[in-house]
Amino acid sequence: MSGMNEYALLLAASLNAGTVLAIAGLGLLVNERAGVLNLGAEGMMLVAAIAGFATSVHTGNDWLAFAAGAGAGAVMAAAFGVLVIWLNTNQYATGLALSLFGTGFSAFVGIRYTQEKLAERPHFDIPLLSDIPFVGPAFFRQHPMVYLTIALMFGLVWLLYRSRAGLVLRAVGESPESAHALGYPVRRIRLLAVMAGGALCGIAGAYLSVIYTPLWVEGMTAGKGWIALALTTFATWRPVRVLLGAYLFGGVTMLQFHLQGEGVELPSQLLTALPYVATIVVLVLISRNPAWIRANMPASIGKPFFPGS
Amino acid sequence: MSKLSKRALIRVSGWAALAATAALVGCGKKEEAAPAAAPASAPAAEAPKKPEPLKVAFAYVGPVGDAGWTFAHDSARKAVEAEFGDKIATTFVENVPESADAERVMRDLVGQGNKLVFGTTFGYMEPMLKVAADTPDVKFEHATGYKSAPNMRTYDSRTYEGAYMAGVIAGSMTKSNTLGVVGSIPIPEVIRNINSFTLGAQSVNPKIKTKVVWVNKWFDPPKEGEGAGSLISGGADVLFQNTDSSAVLQKAEEKGKFAFGWDSDMSKFGPNAHLASSVINWAPYYKKAIQDTLDGTWATGGVWWGVKEGAIDIVSISDKVPAEVKDKLAKVKAGLTDGSFVIWKGPIVGQDGKDILKKDAVADDKFLSGINFYVKGVEGKVPSGN
Repeated sequence: MSGMNEYALLLAASLNAGTVLAIAGLGLLVNERAGVLNLGAEGMMLVAAIAGFATSVHTGNDWLAFAAGAGAGAVMAAAFGVLVIWLNTNQYATGLALSLFGTGFSAFVGIRYTQEKLAERPHFDIPLLSDIPFVGPAFFRQHPMVYLTIALMFGLVWLLYRSRAGLVLRAVGESPESAHALGYPVRRIRLLAVMAGGALCGIAGAYLSVIYTPLWVEGMTAGKGWIALALTTFATWRPVRVLLGAYLFGGVTMLQFHLQGEGVELPSQLLTALPYVATIVVLVLISRNPAWIRANMPASIGKPFFPGS
Repeated sequence: MSKLSKRALIRVSGWAALAATAALVGCGKKEEAAPAAAPASAPAAEAPKKPEPLKVAFAYVGPVGDAGWTFAHDSARKAVEAEFGDKIATTFVENVPESADAERVMRDLVGQGNKLVFGTTFGYMEPMLKVAADTPDVKFEHATGYKSAPNMRTYDSRTYEGAYMAGVIAGSMTKSNTLGVVGSIPIPEVIRNINSFTLGAQSVNPKIKTKVVWVNKWFDPPKEGEGAGSLISGGADVLFQNTDSSAVLQKAEEKGKFAFGWDSDMSKFGPNAHLASSVINWAPYYKKAIQDTLDGTWATGGVWWGVKEGAIDIVSISDKVPAEVKDKLAKVKAGLTDGSFVIWKGPIVGQDGKDILKKDAVADDKFLSGINFYVKGVEGKVPSGN
């Protein structure tokens, strides 16, 4: 196998590895922009992963599986939303509870699916483009969800910074009192944002169990929800940075395996830690300007809102 | 909504959440004592002579549904339960981390009246030693470790024999002469398997190179799959893994390469990619351990069973494997069974080209249990720190 081709495959695998984190990170960005921090990402992803996997086992349709994952994520997020937005429970504690619940619940309902196997995964090659040397195998032989994730990022940029809805969403996250005074239904907007975030985390979970590692085992997200949460913060709530951070993480993950396979004389334990270290260092470096953080951080994040107070 | 009703609602939802959690915990608890419960209470009324069943417990590092390591142990547990019937009652706890939690679980199992406790992973060694020292009347069986106590015996299976046989197949099936191994944690057991796999492949194809990636976990399917993918893009066309899930095999299936099942028969996870499964059958040993305990003949020591005792086998060999390779495998297996063939017999050469074992020198078990080097043909360095 030629060296060039090897790097093309490395790039392809990095994009694929970053996709799960990117979808979840972009979803969490939506609800955090509205001022709600949902620490339940891991739990939502796991419940969505089993929901998606089970749907794929029974229907054989991956798109239905994504829909089931999105639905499961949204339902869990809605439960979380009602608790923190209307009953004003503590967002941190409620999010942690959601995460713990999701981990246990998915393991419980998933028991009978641990030995299940999905049908052959189809290959996706974009005609013509996938035949270009190097570029083809690197970028044009991915699952459609990889491209949809990039489209999602552009969609979010447009929504947040170019549309009226995005302006309202950010206003709710910046100053819910002002948005309320202007007559916007702050609580309903927050609930919708939380559900949208949950749905995207759900799609990420379903992508993990149906496409990325086509099997179900309990706890299979292995901390990806937490990484996505950290990613949104380190990326200072900017969609482009979330996406690039996710690809960076995926890239370093694949690169460290590549280095190990090449027999590089570094302890493998250190290499295993490399993706986490590299992603945090890079994102901290590009986002270290305090004014930039202040400008982008939703001012009301994590704080409850009492209309009329 | 008034203040009062809101507070009431919070309280109600709080209790509901608590109740739901309790219900889940209740459901999640795995007790397989149901068949034994009846005989345990019945004798008091009619036949006082009938002995209490021997309570046997198993602590697993992964979920029983991992389709690999833990699945193999649990299959053996079911086998001995069927074999001994109401003479024993078995319990298991899954997903016990290799940490201080293990000690807590062991103490809990002893507290529940178990008289024979199996710990099925290397990392339980120290916790089990501690608990064994405090509870001399309970027998402990620890898998893959090297420390024992008067009431703690170690047992292991010669998984490297299965790795060698898989290597024979891999060496004859590869076209790129590059094999890939996804390693879990760099301990002697795993390094020995990587070496044995390579030696098996070299026995039919001296040009073999083996690339290794470590995921530093026993069980993390997405990581295992990622490691497998990187080996394939690095040119490996036959993969082998010493991790616990079927993710490597599934990645090979997706990429149109070959791979093996490990610990359990994984053929169904990669119908095209699967060449064979190297399996461990723990049942013969579990049967012996329980029989020893029932007879009162249990004694400490270390037991290491392989092909000879029926503990290791290579199964579900693919039709793609040529007949002459199957013949060669049958010879290896027969040789391992009657002792006429030894895998770790010199000359065995290290990465630096120097002899590790001189011609005709045979490695003893002590040598085998301390292997922390790669043989010639394996690329890279053994990760340090172990």
